[in-house]
Amino acid sequence: MSKALLYDATACIGCKQCEEACAKQNGLPYNDAVAAEQNQSEHKFTVVLTKGDKFMRRLCMNCEDPACASACPVAALRKTPAGPVIYEESRCMGCRYCMLACPFSVPRYEWGKVLPKVRKCTMCPDRVAAGKQTACAEICPTGATKFGDRDELIAEAQKRIRDNPGNYVNRIYGLNEVGGTSVLLLSSVPVEEFGYPGGLSKEAMPELTYRVLSKVPDVVSLGGVLLGGVWWITNRRVEVAAAERDEEASRAQSKAQSKERGTKKHE
Amino acid sequence: MSKPKFTFWKFVLAVVLLVGAYSLLLRFFRGLGASTNLTDAFPWGLWVGFKLFSVALAGGGFTLAAVVHIFNLRRYRPVLRPIILTAFLGYSMFIVSLIIDLGRPYRVWHPLVMWNDHSVMFEIAWCVMLYTTVLLLEFIPALFERLQWKRSLAWVHGITIPVVIAGVILSTLHQSSLGSLYLIVPGKLYPLWYSPFEPVFFFLSALCAGMAMTIFESWHSSKAFGKQLELPLLTGLGRVLAVLLAFYLAVRTLDLLHRGVFSLLKLPRTETYLFLLEAALLIVPMVLLFFRRIHENLTALYLCSVLTLLGVVANRMNVAITGMEANSGTYYFPKWTELAITLSLVASAFALFALAVKYLPVFPDAHEIYAQRPEPVAQALTPVLAVPELTDVRS
Repeated sequence: MSKALLYDATACIGCKQCEEACAKQNGLPYNDAVAAEQNQSEHKFTVVLTKGDKFMRRLCMNCEDPACASACPVAALRKTPAGPVIYEESRCMGCRYCMLACPFSVPRYEWGKVLPKVRKCTMCPDRVAAGKQTACAEICPTGATKFGDRDELIAEAQKRIRDNPGNYVNRIYGLNEVGGTSVLLLSSVPVEEFGYPGGLSKEAMPELTYRVLSKVPDVVSLGGVLLGGVWWITNRRVEVAAAERDEEASRAQSKAQSKERGTKKHE
Repeated sequence: MSKPKFTFWKFVLAVVLLVGAYSLLLRFFRGLGASTNLTDAFPWGLWVGFKLFSVALAGGGFTLAAVVHIFNLRRYRPVLRPIILTAFLGYSMFIVSLIIDLGRPYRVWHPLVMWNDHSVMFEIAWCVMLYTTVLLLEFIPALFERLQWKRSLAWVHGITIPVVIAGVILSTLHQSSLGSLYLIVPGKLYPLWYSPFEPVFFFLSALCAGMAMTIFESWHSSKAFGKQLELPLLTGLGRVLAVLLAFYLAVRTLDLLHRGVFSLLKLPRTETYLFLLEAALLIVPMVLLFFRRIHENLTALYLCSVLTLLGVVANRMNVAITGMEANSGTYYFPKWTELAITLSLVASAFALFALAVKYLPVFPDAHEIYAQRPEPVAQALTPVLAVPELTDVRS
């Protein structure tokens, strides 16, 4: 059963304890200056955004079928059956196609380092594997971030909207976006106001490229047959032309010789 | 060829390479952050654009190899070798710029052993690697001829057809795959360029670039060596280029129509202007090349080929940079170090081409010249851009 996070913005009080717990979990520095930063970065994998009295978390969505994992040429990024989209640093060669491919523009790069890594929230894979909650869900004092089985969280989110329709935008963001994500959002205002992309397709992103990529064996086999065939025909034509030329030449030669002989006889 | 001009270009080359070398030091000892204007919001910049168009401009390699060896149009043979050399240098530049652009250059070999067959980048890595090998095999007869290694020459001639077929298939795959890279960013690439047919567009425009490059090089070789394809052959290429361009432009126009994004051109935006520039650079040569006065005139043909090449470069830069800017929310212009490195890569490609032409039988009949003229070693050390000497020998 795949795990997920449900973030209910209406229950969030903006205490930012999730930010601090995340930093600690990932061995990153956290202080007032970092807390004030309103952007995900290579040293801040989750951020609580504030707009008036509204809050919104941003973090890696840990997609069900992630664009980054399909884009990565060396499979450094992978979706685990448990839910987290993990990053294996020792494979990464730094092409940054994951950053381009991510529909949520989540992956960050250590631009300042000579040998940089890609950085992002990986949904605490070690904790999840050990049967624990993610650090952010565990610390959350109000239950705004809740960890659990994805199916159960979806059911719960639907129930919350049903019970309090006035409180929510009637949508679970992440339910179907890009084929579904392991982070689900509930909010009283459209999440787009906090920079989440709107109008995402229900189709998983990897399908867009794999649709074409899966034709590679066909191109190879058909291309080989076609090109080989064309060569066989054109080459035969060249050979025939050459043979005809030879024949012509030898005929002309023998004609000339017989003529020569003829003239000699005459003499 | 006057002496001062000669020295001037050498000087320019030296300056470009020096600044480039310094930029390379910055890149490898200070990191990507210090040597580029790339950011989390704009992770791919000039070097990716350069990679895209260096491969497109190398499209002549597989096009002409197919024309000469598969379709057996032997009359185009004289210009095949310089085009193969150009393609080989184009791909070499791709690989070098990739190594510079990678965050961890020493792991460039990882795709060999760490596979992900769902990744377009993985497929490109393999294709480029294999096709560069193919180009080497296609060009190496020049070296074997020069060294008079008759047995190696016979061996490499024996495998020509399978190698060429492999080359055409590999090129078809990755030329289009470079477009497929952008299929996964429907929300990020500006609609004037984002299309589900991007791979087809990339492939077709690479064919155009290949034809244009053949005309382009033939003209230059005629200037430098008094050698060229006969005008009727170039006229033929010009006609083919006109039709290819017309087809490519028709497909793209239909795509814009079907996706209903033509109205975007009414917006006074950078994207609009640069799209129109790209379109003009391709439409003008297409129209001109249909006129007899143009495609039967060597200089006019040459100018049309230049426009086409610039058009393809504009297209690749628009996809890589212009089209990705709006959604990123940032403004990107390459840092001087990025420009310097790119420029010195282009300069080295030209210099290497000149070197190869000087020492190897790249142009037909050229080996006769070499046979008559043994090269002293000292002369071999200062050969860059010394190509014009060949003209002196011939005349």
